[in-house]
Amino acid sequence: MNLLTEKKEQELTEIAATLRYEAIKMVVDAGSGHVAGPLGMADIFAALYFFILQHDPKHPEWADRDRLVLSNGHICPIQYATLAYAGYFPKKELMTLRRFGSRLQGHPHRGALPGIETTSGPLGSGLSQACGIALAGHLDKKRYHTYVVTSDGEHDCGNHWEAVMFAGKYRLHNLTLIVDRNNIQIDGMTEDVMPLEPLAKKYESFNWHVIECDGHNIRSFVEAVAEARAIYERPTVIIAHTIPGKGVDFMEYDFRWHSRPFKKDEAIKALAELRTLKGRITSEHQ
Amino acid sequence: MLSKASKVLPNFAKGTLTMSSTRDGFGKGIVELGTKDKNIVALCADLSESTRLDDFKKNFPDRFFELGVAEQNMAAIAAGLGLSGKIPFIASYATFSPGRNYEQIRTTIAYGKSNVKIIGSHAGVSVGPDGATHQATEDIAIMRVMPGITVVVPADAEEARKATLALGSLKGPAYLRLTREKSPVFTSESSPFKIGHAEIIWEGESPSVALVACGPVVFEALLAAKDLEKEGISVIVVNCHTIKPLDEVTLLKVFKKCGALVTIEEHQRAGGLGGALAELTARFYPIPIESLGLPDRFGESGPPSDLLALFGLSSPHIISATHSVLKRKK
Ligand SMILES: Cc1ncc(C[n+]2csc(CCOP(=O)(O)OP(=O)(O)O)c2C)c(N)n1
Ligand SMILES: [Mg+2]
Repeated sequence: MNLLTEKKEQELTEIAATLRYEAIKMVVDAGSGHVAGPLGMADIFAALYFFILQHDPKHPEWADRDRLVLSNGHICPIQYATLAYAGYFPKKELMTLRRFGSRLQGHPHRGALPGIETTSGPLGSGLSQACGIALAGHLDKKRYHTYVVTSDGEHDCGNHWEAVMFAGKYRLHNLTLIVDRNNIQIDGMTEDVMPLEPLAKKYESFNWHVIECDGHNIRSFVEAVAEARAIYERPTVIIAHTIPGKGVDFMEYDFRWHSRPFKKDEAIKALAELRTLKGRITSEHQ
Repeated sequence: MLSKASKVLPNFAKGTLTMSSTRDGFGKGIVELGTKDKNIVALCADLSESTRLDDFKKNFPDRFFELGVAEQNMAAIAAGLGLSGKIPFIASYATFSPGRNYEQIRTTIAYGKSNVKIIGSHAGVSVGPDGATHQATEDIAIMRVMPGITVVVPADAEEARKATLALGSLKGPAYLRLTREKSPVFTSESSPFKIGHAEIIWEGESPSVALVACGPVVFEALLAAKDLEKEGISVIVVNCHTIKPLDEVTLLKVFKKCGALVTIEEHQRAGGLGGALAELTARFYPIPIESLGLPDRFGESGPPSDLLALFGLSSPHIISATHSVLKRKK
């Protein structure tokens, strides 16, 4: 991986801001969809697709590409926005999210859209699929790396832990798991619905290498990935501490924004906050 | 014309009916049931509001259990509760329960004969924008072949309320299939509902085709019947809300009267209501059948009405299926 210059870091921060704005515009336009998760994961998606991943948007099936498996498929608006900005498909298609006949299905579907590695939406089986992809890479002596994004709520699923054990057993060091630790799920805070802590200790006891980072500090995330890539005998989990709804004051930290539809005034306010980075940019035409 | 006994609201075609979803009917029913019977408990997997368990949770916090996103665990825990005198209702989306936890349901609930009620919401393509991952279109098939499980698909919110109450007093495991989208409430409080009884809701004079449906598309069949009557084609409409046990007596009588059948359901053409009725006619009284449903493909994102049209499940499609089946009659 290259060195992350300050200039590049600044650029990624700006891309993340644009992605947040696009993701919310898409959900508002679609009239339904998930919002808290996508906003919280914007910085990580910008870092992944615009700095970390070895990929070629013009050749999405390039055999040696790094794989990004999205397990918590409901946050797909942020992945769709990222893929479009990375050049996988025309940006204007973003506004077809969830519409009849669209390639941007309500939950991501492999084959429907270039850049989507697996079908997801039903939670808890992304890590298993990623283990399969990483294992195949290992068998074929390929050098690609497999990244998986999961949510914290998904950790309630038994299937996820079956895969955690598997990756530990087969020492899948070509696999990096990124957990969106935003502390919310649909029915409330994760620690009320089904407590996950101590999460880091759980992974350690399953023979994983564990790194925690600030999911909104791009440098901290990039360093975590660099460390993960340097670990040669175990899979790594990066527990990324994120703020659900990041970037819009009235949405941050509130589990009710998991997938709540916007009222008109809320949409206007949210988009204005995202466009101006909470008022820090005064010109509407930055 | 409308069957008197069915107590279907006579103004059904005027577009003035109350709109409500079958999951809303369940939400009401489960609270009524909880009030009557202290053994009713409800389990949920991080979807309490969408499955309409929130009122039950408010009213009976000690009998509501939040499992997190863990449908397999939910099924097996419910099995244990059911074996110990409780009447557990487990609620999620049908794609996850009975979709994800099929084997746990099979072994611990069905084979283990535990008195668990499986509530599968968001069934069918009318789920809309969430797309195929969230649209259950195989659930009737997988539940109907499982030994010992009663399968009920209510046609509107009022019927879903009654079905919930009826399942509470039924001994043994059952599956209740619900929908997300609001649909016309065309049955009334006094409409009869009994598990295992198919309801004849429309009967023309010397009918030539039977339209048998389950779920909210029963309403589309009624609209079709009304239009067909204007064309001079007389039909019987059956609300076949119980897929198992199938009301063979009523259905065979209807088949003998009509001599042709159109089945309508928000499900794969294979294995659901259409499949069950094809098995029945093949065994006892073979007649031409047209089955409306998904032709071995998944749903997709879109507005519910467009999806129902895409898959040929609204009244104009029922009318053309009626024409086709009539042509095949000897
Ligand atoms: C197997 C399964 N069960 C239930 C659901 C419904 N569901 C969608 S998102 C979600 C919440 C999970 O929490 P998390 O992913 O942490 O939510 P976020 O932080 O993105 O709001 C649930 C239960 C699902 N998609 N899959
Ligand atoms: Mg979360």
